Amino acid sequence: MELLYATFVDPFAQMIGAPDLLVQTLWEGLVGGMLYALIALGFVLIFKASGVFNFAQGIMVVFAALTLIGIYKLLTSNGVSNVHAAAILALALTIGVMFVLALAVERLVLRPLINQPDIILFMATFGLTYFLIGFGELVFGGDPKIMITEELGLPKGVINYQTLGGLISLQKLDIAAAVIASLMVAGLAVFFSKTRIGRALRAVADSHKAALSVGISLEQIWIIVWFASGLVALVTGIMWGARSDVSFALEVIALKALPVLILGGFTSIPGAIVGGLIIGVGEKLAEFYWGPLIGGGTDSWFAYVLALVFLLFWPHGLFGEKIIERV
Amino acid sequence: MRARSEAEAKATEVLLSVEQVTLKFGGITAINDVSFDIRRGEIRAIIGPNGAGKTSMLNVINGFYTPQSGRITFRGETRSKMRPYEAARGGIARTFQNVALFKGMTALDNIMAGRSLKMRRGLFWQLIRHGPALAEDVEHRRKVEEIIDFLEIAHIRRVQVGRLPYGLQKRVELGRALAMEPELLLLDEPMAGMNLEEKEDMSRFIVDVNQEFGTTIALIEHDMGVVMDLSDRVVVLDYGRKIADGPPDAVKRDPAVIDAYLGVAH
Repeated sequence: MELLYATFVDPFAQMIGAPDLLVQTLWEGLVGGMLYALIALGFVLIFKASGVFNFAQGIMVVFAALTLIGIYKLLTSNGVSNVHAAAILALALTIGVMFVLALAVERLVLRPLINQPDIILFMATFGLTYFLIGFGELVFGGDPKIMITEELGLPKGVINYQTLGGLISLQKLDIAAAVIASLMVAGLAVFFSKTRIGRALRAVADSHKAALSVGISLEQIWIIVWFASGLVALVTGIMWGARSDVSFALEVIALKALPVLILGGFTSIPGAIVGGLIIGVGEKLAEFYWGPLIGGGTDSWFAYVLALVFLLFWPHGLFGEKIIERV
Repeated sequence: MRARSEAEAKATEVLLSVEQVTLKFGGITAINDVSFDIRRGEIRAIIGPNGAGKTSMLNVINGFYTPQSGRITFRGETRSKMRPYEAARGGIARTFQNVALFKGMTALDNIMAGRSLKMRRGLFWQLIRHGPALAEDVEHRRKVEEIIDFLEIAHIRRVQVGRLPYGLQKRVELGRALAMEPELLLLDEPMAGMNLEEKEDMSRFIVDVNQEFGTTIALIEHDMGVVMDLSDRVVVLDYGRKIADGPPDAVKRDPAVIDAYLGVAH
């Protein structure tokens, strides 16, 4: 009885009793969820266009962040004195590196494996992951780095609101992250719905052979989606790196994207965003209100259990395409 | 029908020819040393029993399959294999046996996709939908609307094609191929699974496309009545080999064809 009360009544009583804490928890959940959503977005872009689950998306985040910091250090140690100019230049060069990476992946990994089963391509992304880990460590070293947040002009500090009978504090950085992420998602949405390339991408996602028959180049589309997901990885790397160090340990966040994708559906951009936010908020609420009951540590498994429940009832995800196959 | 055959009998320019093409999948020979040509402006039928290699032949022509040996000459250019992109750019459009449409898109968007190769304006202009890109878009839309009118599918242009009945899906697929303004149109069983009325409609469209736009057509079809009615020349495949080639009347009387195909099927 006591357990039932602690599980089903007490947490909600706490939520109502201290709305300021609830709002604070929700906000932190949304911020964390947004980062999950960004990672999932990178997966969705590639999965839509080529049906490949890109295991390397996580390491691409790390690699992008490390490249940005590495180039920045190179620039400042070679006489670029204005830190902002150096940071912006480093950002531009990193975007260039992500483009070269997309070209290389298409030419060296995807093209030789064209028409192979999906599982082969999936394994190839494992190979890509370990290549990027090795290559990244070789070039940038294995020690954790600090993201050049201020140099990039991202705001610092806290905004406090005296409201709801308590104090709610919002990190300025989180607000900036939310704004940038929204802009990027909106930009991608416009790009993929309004341009010829967007139409071609949707065409490739629907049917490879039909797309080929109207003269759409698969190679070109693949380069574009890998570049787009490289850009998403860069933004994710900056945002995540600003909250903690940039190190290869970040690579495991790729695994956090899996439950997000199961929730949202593997092929849906809105699904990735909504799924990410649900996981982020759910995780924080579970940790704060139910965590103490079982001694904490819920954030390491909560997302996966939620995903499991979804798999049982909505196997296609909230926004995924229902696949009906003719037998 | 007869007037057209006479007119085109004069025009004997070869648009596409395949020579000694052999295609193998592992130990199975799908196409064995087959040669034939398609003349500009004609309707060419490829027939044969199931498994004769008809669809494989189309796949070789538009570059989906790479033959082990042989040559393909299209518009005077000879190569050992086509690539899908080259084929599309060179003016070869096709439809598929089991309809390959972009199921999530509307009929209109599907047909617009056929214009992909013809869109030339830069990304920037497309994004802001202004200036040259807008003018270009309007032009493409006009062309697509013409095709929609021609195929009598104006009422379904905003419908997601996955929800359309099969007969209409086939028509949208034809529309997408026509939007490419092809020189050579490959139709893989355009009337499969259709009722009599739909077949008659489709036959009419095929003849109209051939006559009004002057498009050369190569088609695979099982309905012998349709084949004999529509086509100027027929090539017959059986177990990957060519067993007959000529006008429908001659092919119909060919003993090898009767043995392999007509004798069994009818």
